[in-house]
Amino acid sequence: MTNLPSTEFHPRWYRARVSTYWWMGSWRYLLFILRELTSVAVAWSVVLTLLLLRALLNGPEAYSRFMHRMQSPWMIAFNVIAFCFLLLHTITWFNLAPRAMPVRVGGKRVPEFLVAAPNYVLWVVASAAIAWFVLRAS
Amino acid sequence: MADKIVLEIARYAPETDEKPSFQSFEVPFRKEWVVLDALNHIKDKLDGSLTYRWSCRMGVCGSCGMMVNGEPKLTCATFLSSYGNGAKVRVEPLRYFPVIRDLVTALSDFLVKLQSVKPWLIRKDEPPLSAGEFLQTPEQLDLYKQFSMCINCTLCYAACPVVGLEPSFVGPAALALAQRYNMDNRDQGAQERLGLLAHPEGIWGCTFVGECTRVCPKHVDPAGAIQQYKLKAALEWVKSFVLPRGHDEDSTEVRS
Repeated sequence: MTNLPSTEFHPRWYRARVSTYWWMGSWRYLLFILRELTSVAVAWSVVLTLLLLRALLNGPEAYSRFMHRMQSPWMIAFNVIAFCFLLLHTITWFNLAPRAMPVRVGGKRVPEFLVAAPNYVLWVVASAAIAWFVLRAS
Repeated sequence: MADKIVLEIARYAPETDEKPSFQSFEVPFRKEWVVLDALNHIKDKLDGSLTYRWSCRMGVCGSCGMMVNGEPKLTCATFLSSYGNGAKVRVEPLRYFPVIRDLVTALSDFLVKLQSVKPWLIRKDEPPLSAGEFLQTPEQLDLYKQFSMCINCTLCYAACPVVGLEPSFVGPAALALAQRYNMDNRDQGAQERLGLLAHPEGIWGCTFVGECTRVCPKHVDPAGAIQQYKLKAALEWVKSFVLPRGHDEDSTEVRS
């Protein structure tokens, strides 16, 4: 860029370029990027559940083959990471829910934690019900 | 140790500099001083050429927003004591804005965006003056009051990575202001604004990073305003399928 003289109507403004690594500038930005990436883990879990259902429908042999594949160390490691991402996904979005949905009762806004809390309660209840159903069978 | 603090200030002179550089100034460390007091001390005693904006020094005018140690802050409300005696504090112009000189940013783009959301009461029918004033209950006021507290300090723009990456994004403060008028029961322009803002440079540009809300000195919650706006826009979109004709006529007022 040449050293153009500035005038009253054409000042030379300095415009900083945004770094490709802007998301590494603060842990809050990093957490946001991780939260966005959790969608991949959610998609993976859905696919895995569908594959499990398909194996179940295809009979005991297909099911045991599927379970055997699931027991490989790299699959366990991968699923542990996916599970951590799922937890991050759930917690971050539950915490953001009160912002997107301000609930009003009698003209007054309900405190944020009261909007987030039912999500957590439902989560725990649903998880407990599924755990009971699965563990009871084994 | 003498009570002092070092301010590393970004300097940029458009006549001579290609890009900003930092200059350090040593100022007295006083517990009642905010960063703006330190800047005023520098301008009065050390270097009169230091350029920055300020006015009310009490968190009302929104002029003195700067990056302090990488965080968007109103310098009139940021105490030196929060950084400690002998500390080094870096003061830069607000991020993502063009810099005119030293700590002064160009606001023209922001002002165009602010105006683009039509931040005024839009009426389809203007009652005669003899009908008296528009009455509003405390509950009706409460619906939009939070969003009306904005002082246009632009800290939320400096906190939003979308603003930096997509310069055409309308941005947090302007979208929150649009929602402020949408939620006002005296306004009838919600549908008109929705047409202007339900696009990728408007509400759909927001990825809900949430930093705008965190840095807002007036607790406006622009992130919340935008998400509520998105919900409204999505419902309107569904309605346009279910009620292909005529739904626009009845839904001039946005309520959530």
